[in-house]
Order: sequence, then structure tokens, then C-alpha cells
Amino acid sequence: MAHSEQEILAGLAEIVNEETGLPADSVQLEKSFTDDLDIDSLSMMTIVTLAEEKFEVRIPDEEVANLATVQDAVSFIHGAQQA
Amino acid sequence: MSRPALRSPQRHAHSRILGISGVRGDRVVPNDDIVGPIDSSDEWIRQRTGIVERRRATEEQTIAAMTEEAARKALEVADIDGSQLGAVIVATVTHMEQTPALATIIADRIGATPAAAYDISAACAGYCYGIAQADALVRAGTADYVLVVGAERMSDFIDPTDRTISFLLGDGAGAAVVGPSDTPGIGPTVWGSDGGQADTIYQTHSWLTFRDGTDTSWPTLRQKGPTVFKWASFEMAKVAKAAIEAAGLQPEDIEVFLPHQANMRIIDQLAKQIGLSESVVVARDIAETGNTSAASIPLAAERLQREGAVESGALALQIGFGAGLAYAAQVVALP
Repeated sequence: MAHSEQEILAGLAEIVNEETGLPADSVQLEKSFTDDLDIDSLSMMTIVTLAEEKFEVRIPDEEVANLATVQDAVSFIHGAQQA
Repeated sequence: MSRPALRSPQRHAHSRILGISGVRGDRVVPNDDIVGPIDSSDEWIRQRTGIVERRRATEEQTIAAMTEEAARKALEVADIDGSQLGAVIVATVTHMEQTPALATIIADRIGATPAAAYDISAACAGYCYGIAQADALVRAGTADYVLVVGAERMSDFIDPTDRTISFLLGDGAGAAVVGPSDTPGIGPTVWGSDGGQADTIYQTHSWLTFRDGTDTSWPTLRQKGPTVFKWASFEMAKVAKAAIEAAGLQPEDIEVFLPHQANMRIIDQLAKQIGLSESVVVARDIAETGNTSAASIPLAAERLQREGAVESGALALQIGFGAGLAYAAQVVALP
């Protein structure tokens, strides 16, 4: 079942909260994972893996480096659903 | 024409680990000693890997010396004489001679000749591969007692300027004696490989490339850290659960968690993904020993026993995983 971008954002925020303890509402589209949310590459891999399971998409490891902002991740997941 | 039947007896119903030992490099190397060339900090290494310091071998602690010492200690703990061993297996990727196998040399030094002796190259899965083989050898009657040593001198392989893996690595040897048992002491091994990811943890170039002058820098190790983290934390959880199930147990039955000491973040995520109980004793030897590849699991077990953190007979899940990629897991009763 395809999720809307809004649903993806909410799901991603939940995952980030679970992995890092950051409040879900701090996960906003314009935020950078590393610079704003202070999420390192290992936590990012956990978030990506949990997102793959949640949204039933595949996010190649080499793609993760391109997901600089929350918007990047939401857009990628949204696009991957429709592939 | 009538043909005589082959004999193929099953000698022992079960096997168990009778004793575990560990030998670490005597040089204590804190993070601050190595951060310069990798432009890092003690804080970054602690946060990212959980390592506070690592052990590195002195010049006298050759791989053979550490392996022999661990072997002798394990025999003593197990109350077995070298002459009783039917096989000696050394799991290592840092025995820097193609042949003879380190195991033959060690076997001779500890009085085990003419036992079978061979090395295993399975990187961080090496010890669990060795335990799998020892279990099978004992139950089949191919050897009554088997010595398994995970031994590494990773400092022979490191690049001080490498930010991917070298700063994690330590030196040491851990050994176990496996023998027959009236009750199950080693559960079924769940193991495998994924050579499709052979480029995830790798040697930079071959000895031939070095010899021929194409690249005269000393071959060293590299890894794709985030990819390894994801594979180890999530894919290995499936292997661990399969090993628990194969042993006829549930995750909550596991009393001790002995994962390869690759990275504290992997250890924590793996424990979470497997669904181990809150009360499980988790091996965290990496904090003060570093990642010692094939030696890491027996060293971690030795530490827990020495500190009195585990009791004899405790059900321990051990899982090794790493370069290959290769992996192996089994539930064992600690000696």
C-alpha cells in the first residue's frame, strides 16, 4: 500500500525517535540528518533499515549518502514505493 | 559380487566446551595514542565504537607465541593433556606464511603431535567455524578432544591513517578445548557466507601486487563501515535467531550473549534485534581489548568468566561475522 509523503514523514519521525530519542516533531523536512539532528552514519543505517521494513522499499547502501535531509529521505521512499 | 560394508560409527552423542582461555597483547593502546593520523578524537571513537583502549602485541608476542600460550592455558583449564588432542584448529587471518599451517607448529609445541592440525581462514567468524568443526569431529569420533584457537595479530595488518577499520583492531588469542559429553553442550551451528559482498571488508591488494611492484605499500585492511553495520546488526540477528531455534530454545532462554566484538553499536543493535532478555549478560570486551577478529569471542568469554559474571553451564549464544562475508552462530553451555 503506497504511503503519502505526510505518512512517510510521520513514520520516519517515529523511527528516528525510537533510534535516537529525539522528539518526533523535531524531524522536519528541511532538517539535515547530520548537521541539524546530529545523526551519525551508523544511526542513519539503522533508520534506513527500519524504514525499508516499515515502507516495504529498498534503499541501496550507496544511496544513503545522498539522503542529506529529511525531505531527501521522504522523497526517495515515496518514489521507491511507486517503482 | 558381495562387497563388505563400510563402518561409520557415531562415537559420541554430544560434545561440549571443557575450558576457555585468553591471551591479549600486552601493550595497552588508548584512543589518544592513535587519533592523530586519523584526524579523530577519543570522544568520536568511544561514541562510534565503544572502544576506550585496545591491546596490541609486543614484539615478543608473535602470533605463534600468543596462540601457544592460549592453547596451554585452555588445556590446563580443561584438565586435558596435549597428547589427548585429536585435532588442533587455528582460526586466523594473520599467520603471515602460506604454509606450514600455524596449527601444526602449535600442535607440536603443546605435545599434540600427531594430531590433525590445520588453519581456518574465516576472519571474524573463524572461532565459531572452528567450534562447529570441533563439535562435528568429536561427535563423529574423528577426534575425542579438539583444541580450537582464534588467534590474530591484527597490528601486522593495520594502516595508522585508515579511518575505516584499523583503529578498531587489537591482538590476542583465545582458545577452547572441545570434548565428548553425556549431555548436549554445543547446539547446532547456523552458518554461511555471502561472497557477493566480498568487497565489503577486504585487503587493499594482494601479495603478488606487492611483489610485482604495482603497489609497494604494505597491504592492509579496509571496510565499508555503514554497510557492515547494517549487515551485522540486522542480517546477523536472523542468523542468531535461527541458531537459538535450532538449539530448541527461545531468545529469553539465552543467559549470555557472546557476539563477535566488532563494534559496541553493533552489539547493542544485535541484542535488540534478536530480542534477548533484559537480564542477559552481554560481552563488551571490545571496550578494553578492541576488535580481535577470530580471537574476539573466546577472549570475551574468558573475560566474563574471569570477572565471575557467568556461571558454569550458562547458555551462551555466540555469533561470529565478518570478512567474506562469513558468519556462524551456535548456542553453547559455558564450561
